[in-house]
Amino acid sequence: MDVGKSSQKYRDHPVRSYVLTSGRAHPSRNTLRPETLLLAADPPRLPPSVDRHQRELVRLCRGTLALAEVAAHLGLPVSLVTVLVSDLVDAGHLTIRSNHQSHLLPGRDTLEKVLDGLRNL
Amino acid sequence: MDSATSDPPPGAPEQHLPPSVARSVKVLVVGAFGVGKTTFIRSVSEIAPLSTEERITTASVGVDPDVPSKSTTTVAMDFGRITVTEDIALYLFGTPGQRRFWDLWAGLAEGAVGALVMVDTRDLEPSFEVLDQLELRTRVPFAIVVNRFPGSPDHPLERVREALDVLPETPVVSCDVRDASSAVQALVTLVEHAMARASEPVPA
Repeated sequence: MDVGKSSQKYRDHPVRSYVLTSGRAHPSRNTLRPETLLLAADPPRLPPSVDRHQRELVRLCRGTLALAEVAAHLGLPVSLVTVLVSDLVDAGHLTIRSNHQSHLLPGRDTLEKVLDGLRNL
Repeated sequence: MDSATSDPPPGAPEQHLPPSVARSVKVLVVGAFGVGKTTFIRSVSEIAPLSTEERITTASVGVDPDVPSKSTTTVAMDFGRITVTEDIALYLFGTPGQRRFWDLWAGLAEGAVGALVMVDTRDLEPSFEVLDQLELRTRVPFAIVVNRFPGSPDHPLERVREALDVLPETPVVSCDVRDASSAVQALVTLVEHAMARASEPVPA
């Protein structure tokens, strides 16, 4: 079977996604959220083994972006991008800019800042 | 990838946050299809609203008669952002709040400042399920936003509150979602409510 040719025509996302993440459905870290801020490591040194999507992901993150923004620009689901991001963070190519414990509710100080910010818009 | 929504333009260039931003918070904008979530987000966002899609599978069986069994469907999440202070970015995630979509956004409600529940007074029915899901599955504070659609009956907000049967402390506000200052005011109301909730003692 000509894999290269058939993958060109392949439109089935679940299977394709599965391939992109080397068969994993879950990221290696569970602190990533759609709003988690990402920034590429400086300087980015990507080994040849890094694939096209991961390369583009790191390129997008040369400035700070949230994971959901990266997913939107890549045209890939957040769930899948979470796995890719997780690998890139593990490998040191990408850093998590927002280092708060994202599963916790924002504290009163943060809420106050957000409120002031909104009122001053 | 085909999209359920007409915007954003695919391939819009990414707009990075200022380097000083080191923290993000989020607000959910939930409600039924067509209730004005994306319009709301567009009104306040500093970037053109973006969209991502996820697939859902057979979780809908027995829940939604419109979706046949063993089906997959894509659900779009539209979102925008506001750099509210030099170090905090606020993300607004718009998502259908119905039960059949909720699992998909498991990580979404976690840690959210709160949720704005958009309702259309011409059709309150879908709002009940959204409110049920929020109350049952999350602890996020929420506020009801009554979208003033042109031609929608001008219900007093107290009537909407009664119809939706929400707690007395839950804010119910009216909003023209096309208007930035009106939409920002709804966000202010939600954050004030979240702060009031944060100062309450945690129930045992």
